[in-house]
Amino acid sequence: MPYNLELMESILEFIYLHREIIFILILSVFLGVEVISNVPSVLHTPLMSGANAIHGVVIIGAIIVMGHAETTLALILGFVAVVLGTLNVVGGFVVTDRMLSMFNKKQKQ
Amino acid sequence: MDEVIKAEELFSFTLGESILEITYIIASVLFIVGLKKLSHPDTARRGNIWAATGMALAIVSTLVFHKQDGEHIHNIGWIVAAIATGTLIGTLIARRVQMTAMPQLVSFFNGMGGAAAALISLMEFPHISPDLIRAHGMFNGQVLVILLGLMIGSVSFSGSMIAYGKLDGKISDIRSGLLRIVNMALLVLLVAFIVYIMSLGAVEPASVMPLLYAFLAISLLYGISFVMPIGGADMPVVISLLNSFTGVAAAMGGFLYNNQVMLTGGILVGSAGTILTILMCKAMNRSLSNVILGAFGGSKADDSGEAGQIKEIGISDAAVLLNYSPKVLIIPGYGLAVAQAQMLTREVDHKLGQNGVEVHYAIHPVAGRMPGHMNVLLAEADIPYDKLLESEEANEQMQDVDLAVVIGANDVVNPAAEEDPSSPIAGMPILQAYKAKNIIVMKRGMGLGYAGIENKLFYNDKTRMLFGNAKESLQQVLNEIKNMD
Repeated sequence: MPYNLELMESILEFIYLHREIIFILILSVFLGVEVISNVPSVLHTPLMSGANAIHGVVIIGAIIVMGHAETTLALILGFVAVVLGTLNVVGGFVVTDRMLSMFNKKQKQ
Repeated sequence: MDEVIKAEELFSFTLGESILEITYIIASVLFIVGLKKLSHPDTARRGNIWAATGMALAIVSTLVFHKQDGEHIHNIGWIVAAIATGTLIGTLIARRVQMTAMPQLVSFFNGMGGAAAALISLMEFPHISPDLIRAHGMFNGQVLVILLGLMIGSVSFSGSMIAYGKLDGKISDIRSGLLRIVNMALLVLLVAFIVYIMSLGAVEPASVMPLLYAFLAISLLYGISFVMPIGGADMPVVISLLNSFTGVAAAMGGFLYNNQVMLTGGILVGSAGTILTILMCKAMNRSLSNVILGAFGGSKADDSGEAGQIKEIGISDAAVLLNYSPKVLIIPGYGLAVAQAQMLTREVDHKLGQNGVEVHYAIHPVAGRMPGHMNVLLAEADIPYDKLLESEEANEQMQDVDLAVVIGANDVVNPAAEEDPSSPIAGMPILQAYKAKNIIVMKRGMGLGYAGIENKLFYNDKTRMLFGNAKESLQQVLNEIKNMD
């Protein structure tokens, strides 16, 4: 029983410590749903690709890890993480732009 | 004096920090607005650029202003080198790859993001705050967030790679009831790992590393076995799902570092990706669980007895039929993309247009490999937007169509979806090509579509089959039409 209490306390404390970020999390979920709910099917592929690039924001984490790496191994792993994250970001945005440039071309005609 | 210096340090600290936070807020807004703009045809391209700007802002600002325990980012040179390397490779791949291979590409980039998230978790685990462990043991938020980030990131990575391989034709489907049990077992095992590691109490994180590696291995394995049994035709849905997974994995990093931009960016994609996945499933009139558990390809209707006779058509007859039908509707499928026949289609269209034939295209929402994929491919071939009809519009006009030309499509014109309630594709909205006055089906052979079922349209009295590679057939038809002038 005391163990359960401790567990309860830990969970509550966690929620309290991260209350702002939990707020952001919940609001972001609704926002994400709201923002794209009326998308025409023509744009599904570019939208997926654009969203794909946005989650490349994980690169920020990779930069932070690498920026505080102390051992060579950590530096190497961090390097790999940053490269992969950049691939996600840059590749994602470039390919989305390439897809969308084709839609623009035909609108001019 | 000391106090002044201290105060100044404190000041410069808050200044840098607040600039960082402000740029994060701006970046988050740019992500949201970008995503919003991306979902409207007129503003989509700008939206993408807005989101990219937000990302650049967040990255630069992190490099310059981020502080952890009062220290700036080290190894700036290496980090910039890594970013440059990634930029170079990413741009090259994104520019060079053919448009038909785009779904694979999205999957590949998605996998990269997942891998990055997993690596971050792996490297942060030994650095879990000792105070936290002293107070709560392993049962704390950081451990949970790291474990979830590791699991979701690696599932997304290995799953995306399998999806990539499948779309590229390098990996074939494995359908087996056993795999479903294996999947369940792996999932249970992963949960058990999380519970066990968190219940370890106050231990040194470094001593848990072997367990963590095992956890990583099982996560990777789960990603593989999760995607393996899902049919190639369902890969778009899977990629969209894995896309939202990576979003969640990135958000876990946001929790870990108390980093708002990672959190908003990640969760935004997580929720938007989930909705997109559901929208895609709806376009196919299937549920997500149906896709994941794989109901396709199970029962093969063996009603070939009553199906009737296949009637072939030669090149010259096809050319005549095309040239003298006032109203032609082209129904493109992935076969057209595989054969790289978009450009030739446009040429045929152009030639017919000169001869007074009215040509339109009917685009099924799931034609191609991803919803919207066919639109991109046709746009690449300079086919005007106003010639493309959506399913409903096309079906309304279908009985006035003199000739429907089905190029490399199968399941999306299969009347079984409307007639046969026991069919695996029952209820899927189709293009009602069977209502047209005449139908030509261009196809490589009598192979079944992705759903693995017979198509009665091919046996219809009005249907003529033109077998062969779509590109070659179209070229011959084009030459034939030109000869008629």
